[in-house]
Amino acid sequence: MPLDPLTTRPLDHSDDIAWCPGCGNFAIREAVKQALEELHIEPWQVVFVSGIGQAAKLPQYMACNIFDVLHGRALVTATGVKLANHRLIVIAEGGDADMYAEGANHLMHALRKNTDITCLVHNNQVFGLTKGQFSPTSESGFQTGTSPQGSPEPPFNPLAFAVALEAGFVARGFAGDVPRLKELIVAAIQHEGFSLLDILQPCVTFNKVNTFKWYQSRVYYVNDTPGYDPRDKTQAFARSLEWGSKIPCGIIYRNDRPALDRQLPQLRDKPLIDQPVPTDKFRALIERFR
Amino acid sequence: MTDLTFRIAGQAGQGLQSISTTLGRLLARAGYHVFANQDLMSRIRGGQNASSIRVADAPVSAPSESVNVLIALDEHSLGLHVPSLVPGGVAMFDADDSDSVPLPDGSNAVLFPVPMTRLAESVGKSPLMLNAVALGALIFLTDYPLEQLKTMFQEAFAAKGGQAVQANFACAKAGFDHARQYFKASCPCRIALPPLTQKRLFLTGNEAIALGAICSGVKFHSGYPMSPSTSIMEFLAAQGREFGIIVEQTEDEIGGINMALGASYAGVRAMTATSGGGFALMTEGLGLSGISETPIIIVICSRPGPATGFPTRTEQADLLFALHAGQDEFPRFIFAPGNAEQAFRLTSKAFDLSQKYQVPAIVLSDQFLSDSYATIDDLKPEALHIGSFAGPGDLPAYSYQRYAQTGDGYARLLPGTPNQVVVTAGHEHSASGLITESAADRIQMMDRRLGKLEPMREELDGMTAHPDSLDHLTTGPHDHLLLCFGSLFGAVREAVDVLRAQGTNLGMLHLSELAPFPAKLLTERAARSRRLITVEGNATAQLAQLIHAETRLHIADSILKFDGRPFTAAEIIREFRTGI
Repeated sequence: MPLDPLTTRPLDHSDDIAWCPGCGNFAIREAVKQALEELHIEPWQVVFVSGIGQAAKLPQYMACNIFDVLHGRALVTATGVKLANHRLIVIAEGGDADMYAEGANHLMHALRKNTDITCLVHNNQVFGLTKGQFSPTSESGFQTGTSPQGSPEPPFNPLAFAVALEAGFVARGFAGDVPRLKELIVAAIQHEGFSLLDILQPCVTFNKVNTFKWYQSRVYYVNDTPGYDPRDKTQAFARSLEWGSKIPCGIIYRNDRPALDRQLPQLRDKPLIDQPVPTDKFRALIERFR
Repeated sequence: MTDLTFRIAGQAGQGLQSISTTLGRLLARAGYHVFANQDLMSRIRGGQNASSIRVADAPVSAPSESVNVLIALDEHSLGLHVPSLVPGGVAMFDADDSDSVPLPDGSNAVLFPVPMTRLAESVGKSPLMLNAVALGALIFLTDYPLEQLKTMFQEAFAAKGGQAVQANFACAKAGFDHARQYFKASCPCRIALPPLTQKRLFLTGNEAIALGAICSGVKFHSGYPMSPSTSIMEFLAAQGREFGIIVEQTEDEIGGINMALGASYAGVRAMTATSGGGFALMTEGLGLSGISETPIIIVICSRPGPATGFPTRTEQADLLFALHAGQDEFPRFIFAPGNAEQAFRLTSKAFDLSQKYQVPAIVLSDQFLSDSYATIDDLKPEALHIGSFAGPGDLPAYSYQRYAQTGDGYARLLPGTPNQVVVTAGHEHSASGLITESAADRIQMMDRRLGKLEPMREELDGMTAHPDSLDHLTTGPHDHLLLCFGSLFGAVREAVDVLRAQGTNLGMLHLSELAPFPAKLLTERAARSRRLITVEGNATAQLAQLIHAETRLHIADSILKFDGRPFTAAEIIREFRTGI
């Protein structure tokens, strides 16, 4: 049995967990914990690279390796970790601001690079930690402190974006359904390549529109639909555009593009950190300049 | 004493660079000290470019203003550069004869027309090979056997195959034969450069930086192309398979530094390289390195700015920016090599000390040092120190604290160590690495980070510890002390030698290690000089400002240049004399 990631190491800071009571982050953390247990991943075998925001604090409340990095930059840093030691399970964690606003450029290129990392996005359609401004996934007209007349922009669609870029694994989960979310996290970690898991997460404090109840009446799982094939890109793209009275969850799209870390000849034999420095070749390299 | 300058001038795309490097390498193999720099426009074809090759029998690491031989590949270049020729200098140019050549009044250049384009078309079947024709004619001038050129072509065109070698060599032979036929052996323009004994290395500053990184065990480089840094990334990428180095081209410089930080956290030596504009984007990542104590090497190859500035030209105006980049306060190393040998050695020192103290280290170069070729007797990878990770030893399961004071330096565990987790943070954190709001934790961590400053300072020599030590130039007492940093080493050294030979009691202090600042050394040396003068490639005397901030010494006089072009010794001498 792996060690319990929640109790292996006692929390040593004086602060309580910084999430609001009833926050969807608690459910996401439970699903992450269950997924790691199911995969027999010990705390020392996994690295969480977290951005900035309430979502990105998730690994702070677990036992695991953590590189708590800059807002928006978790994906590039996670790529560096994975390429340096591909034995590690690498998970990038953040919210919609982290991954779809500040880090959107990195998301686009991470999808193309296809390094074997898992990206968990707590998508609550609002900026929580800065106290309730509209986010890239807020619906048009969403009124906040910085959009008193309502957000003028159409929301960003992360799933359609990822499918269009031929991402290897594109899925959506819901914080209100821990068992199904756990299954999706397990599948995302198991996928060899970049996996994007967008997690619908109601914000109990700042988003009075997209509530648990609002989602519960709309969410369904595409993989329960007979005949749905996540490898069919056209079908997947059509589903990814669906948003309204029905919201699709589950594994929307997947393919078998080889992961970057499987393709690099430098990594064929062993992880970069285990490779000795070839000091015997230095002299010959220098003599090339003579 | 031999000290000659060849200048090859023409349009971008005419192959100036390849004439320059081939000739430079040939002379370096013959045992000469060679220095080659380029004056390039930011374009792919056309414009006016020039490459100057200075060859001497004593070390040189700066350009000369006086040109002995001009090779003009187009008519415009001829008129532009003839005024730089010494009296009786040779002007070789692309023409059948010299009848219709417009020269400035009063020029007494020896004219040497070579029908480069015509020969390239008839022999090489391509006008593009005019550079090989020019090279052949030049080889005749320098009295070298043409066969040596064949060896160079074989090395240069190894990838392109025998046909490219044959065609280029045939063109070179045509140029050589033309020169032999039309210029008698007794021609005064013939320049004998008899082979000396030692074959020297011939490489650019960026190649020296990349070699320094490889020989220090670099395993990861991520970055975004930006002139004049890009050749570092390209060189490392070319060696990637053989030396086990991953080179990732990222979407921007923000990605470049943050990806390298991820690799460094996981335990490999990691770097990025850019210019001032890219470094501006990296400043937040620099801070992440600082607070999380994650080692990183950042090479800044400066060019004039701000914003886009002068992309292909040189300046030393990023010193204070490199020193102060990033919000709040955290320690960093800054190294500013003065030539290719220092670039190799100080890049390695940057890796070693960044790893040891777990701080960012900046190698501050500029376009002039990065792109210029120079000869070096040798580089000694055997003398470099490649430290290894030393964990804190056996610990009870899950008890490791990343930021605990262990008493045995700054040892760290790597993620993936069985039954331990490594928690690293860009937030303020407690000893465990977890996010904190505690004032006591904040003070403890600030003390930990800033407590490195004095031990870091003690690691540095401050000034250039060069094999041919500058002690006799720096210890004084002197009437004047010229202070400089980075790529100005060669030009200032040459100016000081000339002025001293003429009887001026003048010293020189070249600072190659600028942060933490060697205040003690500077104060000591300054006390033995009557007058201090900085020589800097910027407009506001940044070195003088830094010296004042660190030592309270006020330096009233500075020789400054900020037109994007490199200093020559002659300019420094003129400015110095004007100022006395």
